[in-house]
Amino acid sequence: MFKFLEPNRIFSITSKAPRYVFILFIIVFFIGLFEALVLSPEDYKQSHSVRIMYVHVPAAWISIGIFSTITFLSIIGYIFKIKNFFLISKSLAPSGLVFNVIALVTGSIWGKPTWGTWWAWDARITSMLILALFYLMYLISWRIYDDNDKVYKISSIITIFGIINVPIIKYSVDWWNTLHQPASINIFSQSSIHESMLLPLLIMTAAFALFSLLIFLMKYNTELIKIKNKGLDRL
Amino acid sequence: MYGRKVKLRFFFVLLILIALILSVFLILKSLEENVVYFQSPTEIKALEETEKKKIRVGGMVKKNSIFIEAKDLQFVITDFKNEINVIYSGAVPNLFSEEKGVVAEGYLKDKNFFLATKILAKHDENYMPPEVKAALEEK
Repeated sequence: MFKFLEPNRIFSITSKAPRYVFILFIIVFFIGLFEALVLSPEDYKQSHSVRIMYVHVPAAWISIGIFSTITFLSIIGYIFKIKNFFLISKSLAPSGLVFNVIALVTGSIWGKPTWGTWWAWDARITSMLILALFYLMYLISWRIYDDNDKVYKISSIITIFGIINVPIIKYSVDWWNTLHQPASINIFSQSSIHESMLLPLLIMTAAFALFSLLIFLMKYNTELIKIKNKGLDRL
Repeated sequence: MYGRKVKLRFFFVLLILIALILSVFLILKSLEENVVYFQSPTEIKALEETEKKKIRVGGMVKKNSIFIEAKDLQFVITDFKNEINVIYSGAVPNLFSEEKGVVAEGYLKDKNFFLATKILAKHDENYMPPEVKAALEEK
């Protein structure tokens, strides 16, 4: 059943993939940048500072998406003892943290000209900072423990604790008064963002997703090489 | 179908999740007052006594209420039910304007007067090009 999980087989695909993902990322990223910086209009209220949104929002989405994926894989991996899922999680985490930090920093840069402050301890911003701390805990746990069984359990527990924070991030702007504005994009109802601004936002999200995939593949290949060097033929 | 250990691990994770969700819910529920970033004028009116410590009041800047006299800026924050007068001297953010969201940080003088030490603009979730805004206003 797990024959397709043989490291050699996975490696034959994942070792070639980064090249193509990189080319695709470059193309999508530059289309996204051109859309965001040149083609998209300025906002009626915020004028050009709205362009920070095209980095801020996709980065936040990707970091939350990656954390949810890591949690899902860790829980399934823990229940069914699938070693490969832990390695995928471990390889995904760094790009999640990077985008989390990007979201916080660009938010700060955006906050100064619009709100008038670099930082506010409101629910949305604080919960996003907590997510970054969980990412750090997760990554550090992999460095502290050398014993595989131990690190699988501890890292899974960290993701389970951290996932509680994800719905809080999402709904913080609806549940409490926050300085952060509510969501502009709704799947089930009319979005309050104009189409000409939605397009670059979506392209940039695709570009960041591709970048995460690229970093993931590179990290994952390293993990596979480590396993191969240890002479284990199965994950 | 699955082994006993698999089932046990499944319930173990499930229990951790449920316990965590409930405890986080309880904590947030009891901390509600501190989690909110600002209070609305209605909530200020409902206070039993005026607080001496620093608080934040948020809402909309009432139309035609901004009044500048020498260094002082006066305006009214409204949540369309209740209002509060704000006095402030200093720089305001670019997005501060009438009929837009605002958060004022400072001290309550009484339930109708607020001495702000800092003004933050709270912007809404609407993004559109100026032409679209102009077209909307014409309607």
